[in-house]
Amino acid sequence: MRPGWCLPGFQSISVGRGTRKRDEDSGTEVGEGTDEWAQSKATVRPPDQLELTDAELKEEFTRILTANNPHAPQNIVRYSFKEGTYKLIGVVNQLAVHFSQVGNLIPKDSDEGRRQHYRDELAASSQESTKVVISETEILEEEEELKETEAETEAGSQTDMPVAEVAEKVTEEELMTPKQPKERKLTNKFNFSERASQTLNNPLRDRECQMEPPPRTNFSATANQWEIYDAYVEELEKQEKTKEKEKAKTPVAKKMGKMAMRKMTSMESQSDDITKVTQAAKIVERMVNQNTYDDVAQDFKYYEDAADEYRDQEGTLLPLWKFQNDKAKRLAVTALCWNPKYNDLFAVGHGSYDFMKQSQGMLLLYSMKNPSFPEYIFSSESGIMCLDMHVDHPYLVVVGHYDGNVAIYNLKKPHSQPSFRSSAKSGKHTDPVWQVRWQKDDMDNNLNFFSVSSDGRIVSWTLLKSELVHTDVIKLKAEGSTTDGLDGLQLHTMGCGTAFDFHKEIDYMFLVGTEEGKIYKCSKSYSSKFLDTYDAHNMAVDAVSWSPYHTKVFMSCSSDWTVKIWDHTIKTPMFIYDLNSAVGDVAWAPYSSTVFAAVTTNGKTHVFDLSINKYEAICSQPVVTKKKNKITHVQFNPIHPIIIVGDDRGHVICLKLSPNLRKMPKEKKGQEVQKGPAVEIAKLDKLLNLVREVKTKT
Amino acid sequence: MELLDRLEMAEVEETLKRLQSQKRVQVIMVVNTEGIPIKSTMDNPTTTQYANLMHNFILKAWSTVREIDPQNDLTFLQIRSKKNEIMIAPDKNYFLIVIQDPTE
Repeated sequence: MRPGWCLPGFQSISVGRGTRKRDEDSGTEVGEGTDEWAQSKATVRPPDQLELTDAELKEEFTRILTANNPHAPQNIVRYSFKEGTYKLIGVVNQLAVHFSQVGNLIPKDSDEGRRQHYRDELAASSQESTKVVISETEILEEEEELKETEAETEAGSQTDMPVAEVAEKVTEEELMTPKQPKERKLTNKFNFSERASQTLNNPLRDRECQMEPPPRTNFSATANQWEIYDAYVEELEKQEKTKEKEKAKTPVAKKMGKMAMRKMTSMESQSDDITKVTQAAKIVERMVNQNTYDDVAQDFKYYEDAADEYRDQEGTLLPLWKFQNDKAKRLAVTALCWNPKYNDLFAVGHGSYDFMKQSQGMLLLYSMKNPSFPEYIFSSESGIMCLDMHVDHPYLVVVGHYDGNVAIYNLKKPHSQPSFRSSAKSGKHTDPVWQVRWQKDDMDNNLNFFSVSSDGRIVSWTLLKSELVHTDVIKLKAEGSTTDGLDGLQLHTMGCGTAFDFHKEIDYMFLVGTEEGKIYKCSKSYSSKFLDTYDAHNMAVDAVSWSPYHTKVFMSCSSDWTVKIWDHTIKTPMFIYDLNSAVGDVAWAPYSSTVFAAVTTNGKTHVFDLSINKYEAICSQPVVTKKKNKITHVQFNPIHPIIIVGDDRGHVICLKLSPNLRKMPKEKKGQEVQKGPAVEIAKLDKLLNLVREVKTKT
Repeated sequence: MELLDRLEMAEVEETLKRLQSQKRVQVIMVVNTEGIPIKSTMDNPTTTQYANLMHNFILKAWSTVREIDPQNDLTFLQIRSKKNEIMIAPDKNYFLIVIQDPTE
């Protein structure tokens, strides 16, 4: 292109970026003829043409032809999650689509193509078959005609010719027929009109059906800590029950047990409502009593007599509760015993000491928690004279009766009847049983106990399976009283045993007190001879008791107004105390080896402490309400500083020992106080030695 | 079995009678777990009032005790006021309520 010959401003142009169309005149296409045409006329300038200087007009602009897509962006940035930043993409897609149309051609080999082809062929073949059939029939007809003509004409060549002609026709026709299905009409895809028609719409109608709403209730529940816990516990129980059921399938006996259980539970539910309240009633009763006797309970726990400091080693007994029961009002307290396991429970035996007035007997068990009513009540036909509670089985109580029988009561069973009873057949005593004592279980683990009676026999009873079997251990013979009877027989007068006590450590040794006032030291193994005899008292021995600490010391009391303390190796007593009235009972204190208590028929209780005062009681106190009442028994509580005292009117009084009465040995600096039995023994020994020395001197 | 139940019944009745005759005991009531009084020594409207009020209180106390330690259980409840003392012993199915004059 020659610069300058065209309209000013026109430069060499090319297709490129920002193609600027210069005016209507794009002269590249114009040929030579246009040059002349353009020159003959004056340059026409449109009014709005850009006015540039010559220099500017001569400026050369270079345009570069590239294959870039002018619409594509120059830089694309994408966010990279891996690096967390925007990253530049290197290559930008330069593809520019100018025209696109979705076509409706499908390849022949594809599924759809083959299907269509197949469909076409089917359609074609159906047409073809009909035509072929027609043509075949025609051919057959023609052949028949030919054959007929052959049959008619005789000339072979003539017939050949028409046959050949016919054959040709036939082939032509045959050729014709396959072509026809190929020349099918194609549907017009452009000139397409749709025709539709609408039927009459039926009017719509709503049909509804409604049920009765289901019954509804409001439900609310809480999910507390304890509810969750209970649910778990229940689940656990269910699991355990299923386990048990599996186990119980084999042994049949268990099933029977279960049936019985189920019966029991159903019975319980049928019974009256009021029985369910038993437990609660018991608790409430105790609480009510606590309130009523509130001051007493406070005293029991906390009161310490401050006046003891000023009293110069004397002590007092503070009355606490009084236990009595209407049914036992006329009966004397004949036996007292604390329960070895439950320190607030004690047993009271009621009977009568009067030979003439013998009536029924009662066994009552009281708890200190409920002073108004006994926990257990048992009644018997004959008066109870003695009782003992088993150390290992605190629910077994053995009693001895006035009629010579012994019986065992089981506290676990609430029947009023004893579990086991002796009878005349099984060797009961012929005189009242004055004392019973449980022994350790024998080699076959059978329970056994001893009893002593006025008939002079000391009997050992063993509980075999469910019967009481007796064995005479010793027959007490009154020494020096064998008289010659008829026919040279030597009659032995039997001594009458009134009390006995077993040694705490030496199992076979025990002491028996008799009505004559003698005390025999016996052994379980020797049935005829005594180990020793002590001329203890002038009247019947009411009680003998080994010291709980000192193995050699024992104590005895009698209706001859005296209490005597002995060393069993020495024939004469160590200490003698005269109490101005028949002594009913003595008891050692469980907390000190030098303290003991004695009760007399004039209603007084005496407490002695040998370490303080060897000759006198440190406390002599009348404890009964009516002066006529005679005290019959006394017992120390193993744990609490209280004693129970029973009188012959059926009352039991609980008294608290004041501090002076329970003096423990003074603690030396640096030494422990609780040295236990050893200290106690040493204490007593010291005292005894003093006495012994005196004795040996005299 | 029946004999035992009858004995039990008699025993419980006797216990309640004794309770009633104790010094300063004013009222004895037996209420079931839903707060309905079963037995009472008071007139009906007062009984119902007491039963209702006590019921809520007992359940609250019981719930509290168990909430703190689910293995624990309520054994006794005592409310001491100026004029009297209300003692409640809960049981499996019943509550026994006794109102006593305080010893002061």
